[in-house]
Amino acid sequence: MSTNSVYKLHNLTQTYNDRTVLNIERLNIFAGEILAIVGPSGAGKSTLLRHLNFLERPASGSLKFEAFHLNGEGVPLNLRRKITTVFQNPVLLTRSVADNVAYGLKLRGKSGDQVKQIVDDALDLVGLNNLTHTGARTLSGGEAQRVALARALVIQPAVLLLDEPTANLDPYNVKLIENIITQVNREQGTTIVIVTHNIFQAKRLAHRTALLLEGRLVEIAETNTFFSNPSDSRTKAFIHGEMVY
Amino acid sequence: MDDLIRGIIQAFEIIFSLNPALYEVIWLSLSVSGIALVFSTVLGIPLGAAMALTRFPGRQLMTALLYTGMGFPPVVIGLFVYLMLSRSGPAGQLGWLFTPKAMIVAQTIISFPLVAGFTMAAVMGVDPHLRRQLMSLGATPWQATVTILLEAKIGVIVAIVAGFGAIISEVGAVMLVGGNIEGKTRVLTTAIVLETQKGNFDLAIALGLVLLLLSFLVNVALLRLQGKAFS
Repeated sequence: MSTNSVYKLHNLTQTYNDRTVLNIERLNIFAGEILAIVGPSGAGKSTLLRHLNFLERPASGSLKFEAFHLNGEGVPLNLRRKITTVFQNPVLLTRSVADNVAYGLKLRGKSGDQVKQIVDDALDLVGLNNLTHTGARTLSGGEAQRVALARALVIQPAVLLLDEPTANLDPYNVKLIENIITQVNREQGTTIVIVTHNIFQAKRLAHRTALLLEGRLVEIAETNTFFSNPSDSRTKAFIHGEMVY
Repeated sequence: MDDLIRGIIQAFEIIFSLNPALYEVIWLSLSVSGIALVFSTVLGIPLGAAMALTRFPGRQLMTALLYTGMGFPPVVIGLFVYLMLSRSGPAGQLGWLFTPKAMIVAQTIISFPLVAGFTMAAVMGVDPHLRRQLMSLGATPWQATVTILLEAKIGVIVAIVAGFGAIISEVGAVMLVGGNIEGKTRVLTTAIVLETQKGNFDLAIALGLVLLLLSFLVNVALLRLQGKAFS
């Protein structure tokens, strides 16, 4: 992990129906790190991820990704394609598992044997190479999430955003996905931002952890410090399972 | 009952007699409805997709207009097109009245709201989070829209089938704007009306059977396109 920032957010806000759902005073995300964002439901975690993926436009404030400053103009496609999200409830296409995984590659103009090899390798990684030709809509929740992860990984994103990727999954799938996250970060240097309710998952995976409450960043620190010596009383309360909202 | 059976037997004799006049009527029916269907598909699918996927001021009004168009009496559309294309109408100088072009215009207006409305419903039936997912994977807005339409393909094919069904079987509008002129604007439906009025039930039944058969074959072809016909 370096200290070069891939993202710099400053006074970034988002409002829905005059209600402020996100208000990030300052947040830097470093290249190659795993950053966990924890917080209760409705804290604005998923909204933040959507902004990081340029899927929403902020109401105000600035967002810088690499050298690109988000302004009124559109985000260049080549930059947008460096980032992808695995959502909590992935939507798979009514095609085979292999076709789903290949989707992002085909968008990028890749075809033929090259795609097949990359898809096979990705399905090997997530342990689903026996389901290559299965209809994606017939998969279990855990399998579908692994397909979604493979679909994201084949495009070799610089930034991988994970929105509750293991919520509602059994321990086997949780462990498998966590291992892949760690491996991808270590071997490919992928910057990973993971939103999770599970503070133990944050503890296991993340270099840094941040607490988001009511759209505001309460605390961000090295994961060890965050859990052993939090500076904010609300962080302390949150990691001890107390109601903080 | 005997008349009906005799009529059906004679109908088959007429069909297999390779009567050029009959095949001319069949060809004109198919070409007018086919061209109208192409126009309404080209206009209706993008409009239906856009209305399902975007939010804009006046969308509710447009939706209401579209749904109204889906149930609009064809004969009223025929009257409207007639008035537009009549010598004193705003498009009278085109000289299209009582030509296949006028019939194509009328049938396009009849089927276009059906294609757009059913496409909109089909696209709205696709998981609303899919677009965000596709954009996240690097799709351009156009690529995402095409993928969503492919996800909704069963509904989109139904939209096209509904559009075709409405115009191949339609009689009032084409009668008004085409005039049912023999060898020029006579199609299956208008020919059935004419032959029934003349008491030529065998020919009317033959034309009716041909219409049913054509409708069935075209629908089967469209259903096979989506690969779901017999699954």
